[in-house]
Amino acid sequence: GFLTAEEKGLVNGLWGKVNVDEVGGEALGRLLVVYPWTQRFFESFGDLSSADAIMSNAKVKAHGKKVLNSFSDGLKNIDDLKGAFAKLSELHCDKLHVDPENFRLLGNVLVCVLAHHFGHDFNPQVQAAFQKVVAGVANALAHKYH
Amino acid sequence: MSLTKAEKAIILSMWGKISTQADAIGTQALERLFASYPQTKTYFPHFDLRPGSAHLRTHGAKVAAALGDAVKSIDNIAGALSKLSEMHAYVLRVDPVNFKLLSHCLLVTVASHFPADFTADAHTAWDKFLSIVSCVLTEKYR
Repeated sequence: GFLTAEEKGLVNGLWGKVNVDEVGGEALGRLLVVYPWTQRFFESFGDLSSADAIMSNAKVKAHGKKVLNSFSDGLKNIDDLKGAFAKLSELHCDKLHVDPENFRLLGNVLVCVLAHHFGHDFNPQVQAAFQKVVAGVANALAHKYH
Repeated sequence: MSLTKAEKAIILSMWGKISTQADAIGTQALERLFASYPQTKTYFPHFDLRPGSAHLRTHGAKVAAALGDAVKSIDNIAGALSKLSEMHAYVLRVDPVNFKLLSHCLLVTVASHFPADFTADAHTAWDKFLSIVSCVLTEKYR
């Protein structure tokens, strides 16, 4: 399988405690703050002029929620991420024109947010399992690109 | 890319807290690096890399000390890390891709240890700072 039984345990164990809606908004917000060039995809989102503006922006929160709920659904199909994200991959290529590098950036921002929320519980072994997951999701989302 | 005044202030102020646990932070960042990116262990065939090992603690302390030097000379990081830059270019020759990996692990370590301080602005400041340090360490490669 993609993850060992132990890694699945670590991932699911932590994910069960995640407020997916909140963490989604936080992760997307931080992506736009820390890597401002990613704002190129969100010109219609209104005020992105400062970290505070971005982190409190309602559209950012709503979209972050959407993105992370989708990620969460993907976790349920951890052994077939390519299948799970096939349609979304086509969408991101053909309609959204998103460089897959952005999936890797968001994945790492998500890891930072989880570390921020969970502190010492987000230990090196838990992080390693999540790095595999975010890499797998990023690759799955890039898989249908042409 | 360079740090704004505000970002330098964030780094300096957070380093005050980080420095009291600098060795542990450096060591944990390395543990995270080796766990998440096992290929990075190829640079340390001569080390005992098990968590808690003396090698890891000594090396983690070295990494933290170098970051401390960079913070103390935040207006001239290239000057502060000049010798280290030469060492990486001519002796260590760590592939440049690995600096991003260690920087990410340092960020994760700081985030997990200082929740109150790791705001979005602080996240940005540290990401930029580590990016600059990485650049300095690879700037003499060729």
